[in-house]
Amino acid sequence: MIMDNQFVKDFPILADAEFSYLDNAATTQKPSVVLEAGRDYYETSNANPLRGLYDLSVKATDVYENARQKMADFIGAKSAEEIVFTRNATESLNLIAYSYGMNFLKPGDEIVISIMEHHSNMLPWQNVAKKTGAVLKYVMCDKTGKLTADMLKSELSEKTAIVSIAHISNVFGCKNDVKEFASLAHEVGAIFIADGAQSVPHISVNVEDLDVDFLSFSGHKMYAPMGIGGLYGKKEILEKMPPFLYGGEMIEYVTIEGATYAPVPHKFEAGTVNAGGAGGLSAAIDYINGIGFEKIEEIENELTKELLCGLKEIPYVNVVGSDDYLEHHGIVTFTVDGVHPHDIAAILDSDGVYVRAGHHCAQPLMKYLGTPSTARASLSFYNSSKDVNRFLESVSKLREKMGYKD
Amino acid sequence: MASTFYNEVLTDHNINPTHKHTLPDANFKLQGVNPSCGDDITLNLKVEDGIIVDGSYEGVGCAISQASADMMLDLVIGKTKEEALKLSDTFMRMIKSSVTEDELDSLEEASILQDISHMPARVKCAVLGWRTLDEILNK
Repeated sequence: MIMDNQFVKDFPILADAEFSYLDNAATTQKPSVVLEAGRDYYETSNANPLRGLYDLSVKATDVYENARQKMADFIGAKSAEEIVFTRNATESLNLIAYSYGMNFLKPGDEIVISIMEHHSNMLPWQNVAKKTGAVLKYVMCDKTGKLTADMLKSELSEKTAIVSIAHISNVFGCKNDVKEFASLAHEVGAIFIADGAQSVPHISVNVEDLDVDFLSFSGHKMYAPMGIGGLYGKKEILEKMPPFLYGGEMIEYVTIEGATYAPVPHKFEAGTVNAGGAGGLSAAIDYINGIGFEKIEEIENELTKELLCGLKEIPYVNVVGSDDYLEHHGIVTFTVDGVHPHDIAAILDSDGVYVRAGHHCAQPLMKYLGTPSTARASLSFYNSSKDVNRFLESVSKLREKMGYKD
Repeated sequence: MASTFYNEVLTDHNINPTHKHTLPDANFKLQGVNPSCGDDITLNLKVEDGIIVDGSYEGVGCAISQASADMMLDLVIGKTKEEALKLSDTFMRMIKSSVTEDELDSLEEASILQDISHMPARVKCAVLGWRTLDEILNK
C-alpha cells in the first residue's frame, strides 16, 4: 500500500485536490519545476530561437537545443540530431507518413500495423495507402492484447516497407516486444516505427538497444506542457527524407526557383518553434531522472496490482487485457455489465474519480473486442492507494446507483 | 464535485424501459447515432392521420440516451405531429438555453434531464432520441 505519496506535493493541481486523477494515459499533470521552467524561459530567455544574432536569441536557442540533447540522452539516441521536435506523437507519426510514406512507397508495397493501434498510428497509414497505392495490413493480437513475434511474422514479406506498432498499448497496457519486431521488420527490408506515447513516460526506453528506426512521443504524457513532443529517427533515414512542412528556419538557401534545406533535424522544424515547451520538457526529464524509472515502475506496478486485483473482486466488472498486473503498465481498461462506460465515468466523476470512457481513439480495436466502448483508469507514480481505493469504492457502487438490485 | 443526475426515474427508464421493443407495423423508422460515444438507436413510429399512434426504440447506448428516448415516447405517443415537434423544441431549449416553468412542466419526466446542460459531453446523449424524432417528423 502507498497511502501517502511523497511526490504528489510536487504537482500544484494535485497537492490539495479532492479528486483522484486516474486519466494519466490521456495526459499527465505537471510538476512545479516544469511550470517554472516554462515561465523562466519567457522571463529570462525569450527571443526567436535559431535565427537572432544577439545574446537573447542565443539564450533561447540554448534552451531549445539543450532540451533536444536531454531528450536524446533520455531515450538513448546517438546524437541530438536524431530528435525532431513536434507538437505531439500524432504529429510525429504524421511526419513519417507524409515525408517517408508518401514519397518512398509505391503501389504494391505493404504497411503493417496492429489492430491495437491508436488512431494516430492508423489514420496516417490509411491515408498513405490510399495516396500511394500501398496496401495497409493489420496484424491481429489476441483478445487480451497479446501480440507475438510469430503473429507479426505471418504478415511480413518482401513487400513490407513499413511496420508501425505501439510500444505500450493505450487500451490493454501491454508492452509489445518492439526490439524483436524491429528485427523482424529489418529482416524483410522494412523500417520499424515504435509509437512510444505510452512507454516513454513510464519505462526506461533505449532506442539504440531496441534498434527501432523511429520512435514517437508526446511531452504532455510525460509531465511536460502540451504542445511539445518529438520524433526520434535514425540519422541516415532522416537525412534522405524530404521536409514535412516548408517555411522559415528550415532552409539553407532560397531562390525564386527553389531552396536547399537545413540539415536534420532543423529540416523538419519549419516556422517558429516551441522553445518554452522544450524548456518544460527538459525540466520534466530532469524531474523523471531525479526519481528514476526503478522507483516510478515500482510505484506504478504496485498501484496497478491493487487496482487490478480490487476490480476483479467486484461482481459484473470485466477487465480488458491480461490477468497479470505486470502486463498493464498502469493502464486498466474495463466494462461493467449493464452500465455504459459514459455512465461509469459520470458516476465516478460524482465521487471525484476522473477516468476516461469511450473508444480511446481505437475504434477498430473496440469493434474487434466486441464492445462499442470501455472505461479506462490509468495511473502515474504520483497516485496513491487512496486514489485506487476511492476508485474501487465508487466502481463497487456503480450498479446500485444505476438501479440494479444486486 | 459534480452531482449525479442518475436519479431513480432515469435509472428505471434505462433498466426497465416501456418502449424498447420492435414495432412491426411502424411506418417510419430512422437510426440515430452518436458515433463518438457509441449511442445507436433506431426510432420506430406509427403515424396515422397526423397522429403518433404508437412508437418504440431499439438499440444500445448510455443510460441517458436510452432513458431519454423512453421518456420521449411516453410523452409523444398519442400526440399530433405538431404537438410532438413543439415538445421537441421545448426539450432542446431546456437543454441548450432556458424554458419557462410551464414549458418545463409540459415535458413531465423528461424535465429531469434539465441539468444535463452542465455536462456538455452528455448533451448529445440526451437529445439523440429527440433529434431523431425531429428528423422523422420534418421529412
